[in-house]
Amino acid sequence: MKITHEIKDTTIIITLDGELDASSSVILDEELSDPEIMTYSKILVDCKNLNYISSAGLGVFISHLQRFEDAQIKLIFYNMQDKVRNVFEILGLDLLMTIVSDYEEAMTIADE
Amino acid sequence: MNNTITVNCTKKNLKQIRDFVTEYLAGFQLSDILMNQIVLAVDEICANLIIHANHEDPSKYISLAVSEKNNTVKFEITDNGEAFRRSEYKEPNIDEHVRIGKKGGVGIALVNRIMDKVEFETAGTKNTCLLYKKIK
Repeated sequence: MKITHEIKDTTIIITLDGELDASSSVILDEELSDPEIMTYSKILVDCKNLNYISSAGLGVFISHLQRFEDAQIKLIFYNMQDKVRNVFEILGLDLLMTIVSDYEEAMTIADE
Repeated sequence: MNNTITVNCTKKNLKQIRDFVTEYLAGFQLSDILMNQIVLAVDEICANLIIHANHEDPSKYISLAVSEKNNTVKFEITDNGEAFRRSEYKEPNIDEHVRIGKKGGVGIALVNRIMDKVEFETAGTKNTCLLYKKIK
């Protein structure tokens, strides 16, 4: 799992590249636990190259969701592969999290 | 074709297990989504065994055997760690997990929803988890 980020004004774009499993999700948790992330108003997660996610990866997002909501930080996933989106859907997480098709849509929602 | 793999109990070996399952299933022409679901279910069970049943002790091992009969794939995962107590298992309430910021506890729910049949057996010190999925 390779995680990179790019900052655009008050938006942080996190790009996930690889597989998020019980082993690799630790680094995502570290990234999302960084106090600096709370200084942004939007967190966009580019899932184009996220080829796999297990419950450990989902758990990292689940565990931070309320904290971001409380701070009115928008968490938006985009470019998600169908097979990965399906895993979110099995648990109904697609109803609790914002998943959109592409970057443009993510930015539009983020600006609302 | 060798249909069994044994790995020691470190999380780094989960990738090897997923690759093994993917390779086995490659001959069945499954959709991307179904292939991913089956790989995920096996990964979840193995992760639980490595982390919770065997406390990531690299001197311990888990084994996975896979077979197919009548369009149903069967996975048999064995270890010698602490047995999974199904009677104590509760389906997670995801809203509650979000509210309290809980990180774990949704893996078995995924397995139960993906697989057609999930069984846990213990005989002496050996625990076996059996997963069945119809693929056609």
